[in-house]
Amino acid sequence: MTPHVESSYHPVFVGAVRDRLEALQGRYPTRMALLLPALWMVQEERGWVSIDAMREVAELLGLTPAYVQGVVTFYTMYHIHPVGRHFIQACTTSPCNICGAEDVVRALLEQTGCGELGATSADGRFTVIEVECLGACGFPTPMLINNDFVESVSPDGVPALLARYP
Amino acid sequence: MGFPHPIHPKETAVLSSHFGDSAARTFRGWTERGGYQALRQALTMTPEQIIDEVKASGLRGRGGAGFPTGLKWSFMPKEDGKPHYLCCNADESEPGTFKDREILRWTPHALIEGCVIAALAIRAEVSYIYIRGEYTDPYTVLQAAVDEAYAEGALGANVFGSGKRLEVVVHRGAGAYICGEETALMNSLEGRRGNPRIKPPFPAVAGLFGMPTTINNVETLAAVPHILTRGAAWYAGLCLSNPKSTGTKLISVCGHVQRPGTYEITLGLPMRELIYDICGGMRPGRTLKAVIPGGSSVPIMTPEEVDACATDYEGVAACGSLLGSGGMIVMDDSTDLVYQVMRLARFYAHESCAQCTNCREGTAWTTRILERILRGEGKESDLALLLDLADNMTGKTICVLSDSCAAPVVSGIHKFRPDFDAYLPRSVAPAMSGS
Repeated sequence: MTPHVESSYHPVFVGAVRDRLEALQGRYPTRMALLLPALWMVQEERGWVSIDAMREVAELLGLTPAYVQGVVTFYTMYHIHPVGRHFIQACTTSPCNICGAEDVVRALLEQTGCGELGATSADGRFTVIEVECLGACGFPTPMLINNDFVESVSPDGVPALLARYP
Repeated sequence: MGFPHPIHPKETAVLSSHFGDSAARTFRGWTERGGYQALRQALTMTPEQIIDEVKASGLRGRGGAGFPTGLKWSFMPKEDGKPHYLCCNADESEPGTFKDREILRWTPHALIEGCVIAALAIRAEVSYIYIRGEYTDPYTVLQAAVDEAYAEGALGANVFGSGKRLEVVVHRGAGAYICGEETALMNSLEGRRGNPRIKPPFPAVAGLFGMPTTINNVETLAAVPHILTRGAAWYAGLCLSNPKSTGTKLISVCGHVQRPGTYEITLGLPMRELIYDICGGMRPGRTLKAVIPGGSSVPIMTPEEVDACATDYEGVAACGSLLGSGGMIVMDDSTDLVYQVMRLARFYAHESCAQCTNCREGTAWTTRILERILRGEGKESDLALLLDLADNMTGKTICVLSDSCAAPVVSGIHKFRPDFDAYLPRSVAPAMSGS
């Protein structure tokens, strides 16, 4: 997948955000160990991690942009494209799967208007993906909506759940 | 207690005593419940004394491998002049496993205390808790507890006035099952792709940042304070079957039982009692078809094997599987086992870090063959091909992700052959189809 390129880029790590990152340095003996925390901060600030942001992080930490991109794309939680305002990750791994998770995903795709996994609804409100095991197997179907961990979602419960995310 | 259910008489609540009790999350609440006594005690002990106590308790690693914890700690060098590190593996992501998250979100101070006691034992000053990125709520609770422990002097440059420095850093992952493998975890913490490392060197020699490192699971570390305060003999006495399996184990049970949840049992409890008494058995009108007892990486068990099984390391191994992480997936007769084996194979294909050929190609190929069989396009030779592939994926790679993909496939084909045959064209397997 080719990452997105932003048209005009404003650095993330200025002012308080830069200070927050540098405050973490005391916890680690190397600069490189700040990479995952820095990428999380980019995503919190911008909603996704662009090529330009990868360049900025690389320069800050003394790494190459290619190295940073290699790390970003290894992990599933960093978005290399803009996503909907509400990003929904529903678990469909076996323990949830045998309890009806695929029906929940179908309901999500229909009612968000996303239509297919990974697509963003036309109004920019939702993106839905399937995720492998969220570690809440006793409470099918669990999902992450942005940073909210939601459990025991059934197809019938989808409309009320979505209504909480305007 | 069996969160989210009240304690069952057949449970033994030690680590889980305060699950569901939000007051136990605070430093004050934890102290009022007897917390931080073990740390104060450990601060007066030598590293050898702590290690001997844990060795005598019989505590074994609760993340899956079951390696004796005290012995692991004893591998750390003594007077080498290098910084040592403790890593806590809170990357819980083995399908079926959701026990550590209850420790993280209900008793975070138990984990902090366990970390720093272990750090004292291995002569480390810094402990890193690597928590999976998806555990947003547990992360928030844990970080708040760490901040509070610093403010109360239980962490920092001079812990409880002892002159000893003990730091705990919570580090978030970003979505990668493989980072639960200890050397992948260390790479990820260092800011690298989470590729497992070739061993040797083992972490005790050259681990995190190239320094001597011990990595323990959340549940293992959370058991340590109890062992110090109540004594190794007490812990070793918690044993119902085999003396090599002592103490309690959190078992997270999911799938088709009436009461899924995280339960704490004394090791050796009959698996049947866990499933039928504690978890309430199957849904009405349903019967047991299969159990994956230790997270998705272990072989599938038949109902007959379950009936004969004592739930401890040796007992489950004797009945055709492994205790693993204690993540138990229960499947009733409504389950399409072939489809679920394919889903597990797809999981491993998705999570393969792709550095070893046998894993990268094998997990994806296994998935494609199973998908073909499910479409009704299976060939006569497909089951033999799957077994041959599995053989080439077992013991051939840097880590065991590849072996983990093979386990459900091989056990599925061997123990549930009619389910697979039923998907093959009738002419291909008339004798085995059972239909």
